[in-house]
Amino acid sequence: MELTDISNDINEWFDGSGPLADTVISSRIRLARNLAGYKFLSRCSNAEKSEILDKLRDVMMSLDLGDKVFYVSVDKAPTLNKHFLVERHLISRHHAFGKGPRGVVIAQREFFTAMINEEDHLRIQVLKAGCQLSDCARQINRIDDMIEAKVDFAFSPRYGYLTACPTNVGTGIRVSVMLHLPALKMTGQIEKFFNAAKDMNLAVRGLFGEGTEAASDLYQLSNQATLGVSEAEIVSRFEKTIIPEIIEYENTARSELLSKQSDVLDDKISRAMALLQNAHLISSQEALFLLSHLRLGINMHEHMGASTPAIEKLRALCGEGDDPDKASALSIATINRLFMLTLPAHLQLNYGKPLDPTHRDALRAQIIRSALNQENPRKS
Amino acid sequence: MQCQICNKNEATIHLTEITDGERTEMHICEQCAIEQDIAVKSHIPINELLSNLLAVQPSDDELFGPSEQKLTCPNCGFTLAQFRKEGALGCPRDYEVFEKTLLALIEKAHDGKTTHCGKIPLKTPRDTKKQMEMLNLRQQLDAAVISEDYELAAQLRDKIKQREK
Repeated sequence: MELTDISNDINEWFDGSGPLADTVISSRIRLARNLAGYKFLSRCSNAEKSEILDKLRDVMMSLDLGDKVFYVSVDKAPTLNKHFLVERHLISRHHAFGKGPRGVVIAQREFFTAMINEEDHLRIQVLKAGCQLSDCARQINRIDDMIEAKVDFAFSPRYGYLTACPTNVGTGIRVSVMLHLPALKMTGQIEKFFNAAKDMNLAVRGLFGEGTEAASDLYQLSNQATLGVSEAEIVSRFEKTIIPEIIEYENTARSELLSKQSDVLDDKISRAMALLQNAHLISSQEALFLLSHLRLGINMHEHMGASTPAIEKLRALCGEGDDPDKASALSIATINRLFMLTLPAHLQLNYGKPLDPTHRDALRAQIIRSALNQENPRKS
Repeated sequence: MQCQICNKNEATIHLTEITDGERTEMHICEQCAIEQDIAVKSHIPINELLSNLLAVQPSDDELFGPSEQKLTCPNCGFTLAQFRKEGALGCPRDYEVFEKTLLALIEKAHDGKTTHCGKIPLKTPRDTKKQMEMLNLRQQLDAAVISEDYELAAQLRDKIKQREK
């Protein structure tokens, strides 16, 4: 199993399916664990790290996950592969560019990964499409039980699962959702979302982690407190309070755009279409924003029945109505695929070798042009 | 609460300013904040939070005398000075060795909570499990008393008594 086996397409967790997927792109739960009887990583020698790595890799590879798993030795991986794994949300930046023996076990369908020797000995994560946090929680708990049957984790009755950083102690759980909030951004109300998150003691990060909040209309929202509150309570708070509140903000902004600022909406969608269909050089950042506007247009039509001149044009581009073969219509899955496959490391891995930025921009523009124009039955 | 500037909209921004030890509070709406050019910083990344927590903590000498400050973990050789520098602990044992110092930090990072609530490893001995359940009940009882939910507090007290038998 090679990374190129997964790099030329997107997997289930990013295909635009799942509940509430017009706003909640994906759900993720991560658990931090450390082996009992070992020091935390900052105090381990490379020999000790290798011992932990071997032990945990064997356990991870032997789990019955209902899917094939493969292992990537992160410390030995080429830089491009490391960037790819980060873009793909399969490992963290810290894990990719950290020190010492470390690796990741990945289920082929990508719903599960286990980072070994990241900040803690083991960080397992479960990823699903749309808003499916309860399902993520059930699945990761089952996997955690399977692992616990084979190893002992550092645990204290008072502080729970012991982690290298006291900010993760207790349940060691990080619950997060990836949100698409283009209308809040377009109407200048994104601060509302940031403030709501702050009031609820949640962390907001951009698509690629801390400091990338301005890089796209995609945000990751996650809990900060992990002690004194159970896994079930955290998940339930996300599902019953936090997510509905954010969705309401975004939907109100979408309705406002439609009723009061339809020119702004149409301008953004039309410009995005024009550029994406015609540009010959396009940066990763520009592509993320423009694709985001197409995504908003399609979702506003599908979920709110919106019909403006630009949305009608977008639908024509989608081929809806004239195209008997629905599968070829421009779908949210196609937009998501373009989001992912035009990221720098994806482009280069699929191309087969490193490319300089200008060649990347050209290749990106070509992939997008061909996807959008190919799917327009009137143009083909 | 109404906005103190326009007296019309709901105040959603609450500012506390401390100048020369004088504390002033301001409650205003989003629109007035924009007009007054008051920037509202929205979120704190986790490592910034951690370093802030470490920075605002009183020195250990102030709190507990020089004891923990000079302590070295017998298991991993870790010291508090290293923790301040690296932001991560050396081994599970550090949670006991530096408990007093860590407790203040843990409390701030976890909304005032200091006791685990949630999953317990399957292999945990039965009496430890029972002990943890008692700790959780007492924590819930404290919270109920603070929020003046006396009905819940009474129920929790009964539960604790029953289990203590």
